[in-house]
Amino acid sequence: MKKWIIGAALALAAMAGSAQADGHEAYPERPILMMVSYGAGGATDFQARIVTMTAGNEDALGMPIAIVNRPGAGGRVGWNWFASEAEADGYTLGAYNIPHFIAQSIEGGVSYSADSFEPIANWGADPAVFVVGADSEFNSMEDVVNYAKENPGGLTFSGAGLFVGHHIAALQLEKAAGVKLAYIPNNKGGAGAMRAVIAGEVLGGVNNLSDAYRAREAGNVKILGVFDLERNEEFLPDVPTMKEQGFDIDNASVNFRGVMVPKGTPQPIIDKLAATVPTMFENGRVQKRMAAGGSPMNIMTRDEVLEMWAARQATLEDLLAGL
Amino acid sequence: MDFLFYMGDVFTPINFGLLLLGTIGGLILGATPGLSPTMAVALLIPFTFQLEPQQGLILLGAAYTSTVAGGAVSAILLKIPGAPANIATTLDGHTMATKGEGAKALQLSFLASAVGGLFGVFLLIFLTPVLAQWALAFGPSHLFWLAILGVTVIGTLDSSSVVKGLLSGCIGLWLATIGFDDIMGAQRFIFHPSVSGGINVIPALIGLFAIPQVITMFTKGRSSDDAEVISVKRHPIRLAFLEVIKRKTALTIGTLTGSIIGLIPGVGGQIAGLVAYDQSKKFSKESDKFGTGHSEGIIAAESANNAMVGPSLVPLLTLSIPGSPTAAVLLGGLLIHGIFPGPDLFMNYPQVAWTFIDSMLIGQILMCVFGLYIAGLAASVARVPHAVMAAVVLGLAVFGSYSVQNSMGDVYVMATLGMAMYFLERFGFSAAPLVLGLILGPIAEANFIQGSMIANATVGAGTYFFTGWLNWFLILIVLASISYSIWMEIAARRYTTKDDAVAKEEALS
Repeated sequence: MKKWIIGAALALAAMAGSAQADGHEAYPERPILMMVSYGAGGATDFQARIVTMTAGNEDALGMPIAIVNRPGAGGRVGWNWFASEAEADGYTLGAYNIPHFIAQSIEGGVSYSADSFEPIANWGADPAVFVVGADSEFNSMEDVVNYAKENPGGLTFSGAGLFVGHHIAALQLEKAAGVKLAYIPNNKGGAGAMRAVIAGEVLGGVNNLSDAYRAREAGNVKILGVFDLERNEEFLPDVPTMKEQGFDIDNASVNFRGVMVPKGTPQPIIDKLAATVPTMFENGRVQKRMAAGGSPMNIMTRDEVLEMWAARQATLEDLLAGL
Repeated sequence: MDFLFYMGDVFTPINFGLLLLGTIGGLILGATPGLSPTMAVALLIPFTFQLEPQQGLILLGAAYTSTVAGGAVSAILLKIPGAPANIATTLDGHTMATKGEGAKALQLSFLASAVGGLFGVFLLIFLTPVLAQWALAFGPSHLFWLAILGVTVIGTLDSSSVVKGLLSGCIGLWLATIGFDDIMGAQRFIFHPSVSGGINVIPALIGLFAIPQVITMFTKGRSSDDAEVISVKRHPIRLAFLEVIKRKTALTIGTLTGSIIGLIPGVGGQIAGLVAYDQSKKFSKESDKFGTGHSEGIIAAESANNAMVGPSLVPLLTLSIPGSPTAAVLLGGLLIHGIFPGPDLFMNYPQVAWTFIDSMLIGQILMCVFGLYIAGLAASVARVPHAVMAAVVLGLAVFGSYSVQNSMGDVYVMATLGMAMYFLERFGFSAAPLVLGLILGPIAEANFIQGSMIANATVGAGTYFFTGWLNWFLILIVLASISYSIWMEIAARRYTTKDDAVAKEEALS
């Protein structure tokens, strides 16, 4: 009897094993969910919907990707859920925002870190820029820093929140220019921060390149500098980088967006996704829609993203150590 | 008069078909608890990938318009507000429905919605440049005072006593602090992962309003077989028209309050209905009838929440700043087609912009027509026996809470708050002030913190919060609102005997 039970158990285990192996080959067999930890209508949500729209094509995954929003607390709610509750079966993907989640994990109080997730591919890179109202007296970063030197702690400027790309950019600026600034985090994200600049509630602001580009087209703001290593030739070829204006600031605040899965997802599935997803981003229709929306793309493979995550981790630990 | 020139585009077969689809679909989505206008519009975005920009926007605009109005259906018939905008509608609308006048309540609400909605869209057409400046005028200090104004309303809203109203408002304010705080990211009262994102307003709304209803229905179902199935009297539409016209004060106050508040980015939609309800109660000659199924209550609330739709798009269309979550989703719908909203929108893409606005205009009228038709069907909903109804409502409540962000956590929150509310209601507390506290808490807090950060870096908190004509004006209204409440409370006490008070309590419960 005992033998029979053991035999049956072994057979079952073998069946389950083979079924699982089959499952990996046939993956994906049903539609896939992708969690976005920001609300519907935000830049991350908007871009996630565009870059995944061709997932159902035969040459991509062959199954559609549906977006689920889990907004709250600057993304912490969504990523907490993704790290602790999402099933690691390849049918739950997540969108990441670098440096946001790494900075938050260094700050503490969340149940994730860069080790909780496995990156798949990167689709976009949205550098932070410094904006001022269209009628502002500031015309270069030098004017801004001079004002801050005359009024220590009196230069108010808005950003999307604490421990997000904009905040990192603000810290870098303080450090590089050696001044004290008043960073005002906004609870309505980048859109709220931009509103504060246009309405003149603050003297300036850090914002996303894509949103700032749109606001400049509408004649509402001036863009004084890009927090990146190079100028953005596609949208803002005339705006100098911070480095060109004499501030030693690298690309640590650039908002990288991409796709990841929870740790523990079977390796064959990760490999399959890592091979397919970047080609999905390269699709002509995706590229066209992204360009139309003013969203800069930067497609990176899994290996490149792993490297980028590790580099960010080191930079941010260093930068946030003083806080 | 550009808008008349492009009016013809709305009536091409495909465009008009989409408009009908958006309107009818929107009414159905709006009537489903939990599917707020923002969700409904977000769900439709993928369909617009395949459409021309103009067609996509017609679909989205029609859906936005009619989901806001559709929320009144469940608010009136089931006492579950479809979205925060419809909370005020439950106060008189559902009471009216329990008296057998559900059809009348629905007719009034759709007619008032159409009047308010048309006014709002006309504001958008004619006064956009002026209004854009107004939308920017509200900084953190003003939003803070505006939220405080909302808090003063709490005490007098649908409660047998001011003290109980304030107490339940405070519970709401406390619930609003749960979760990571918006600005600093500090953790507060997180004892379970379900609430780490804070208490989401939609599941809370569903739980607080629907669950006590369900429990009451179940208890009644057991005690008597003849469980008074609500009868619905037929109500000619002509009479509803006359009623709406007769209640000019409520209609005017509702429409104006809704339009003005709708403009303010980030606050508008959620509190427009409640503030309008409160204001028209204060100005009405029959203010003691509010809360007992009075038509002015419905008219004020519904005209306000639809009047807000047009102005809420002003910051988006002129400044490219989405003023509300729904506007943010609409912005996505525009960007996908490479259209950047801004002052040049009407020059660069007149065909798209004007047809969109025209379709909202026609959408308001279609919404009203279909809404009045639905009001005729209301009878069949009310004829359902209690036990069945309770099960259906419970199912909808679970579905609605889950669908907000596909999370069981929200369902637990809904169930917990609902059961707590059942007991609170037995002690004379009501749900509306509690929800208002939940909505206003984060607005007041975040703007106070932002305001004081700016103030500390510049002029100091005293100057920042207490100078400027807009601050003074808002503080004046706050003071007026508080003194009015105190005066009414004292006046009511002086002239009420104990027997009156008991009778009033019984009438309310």
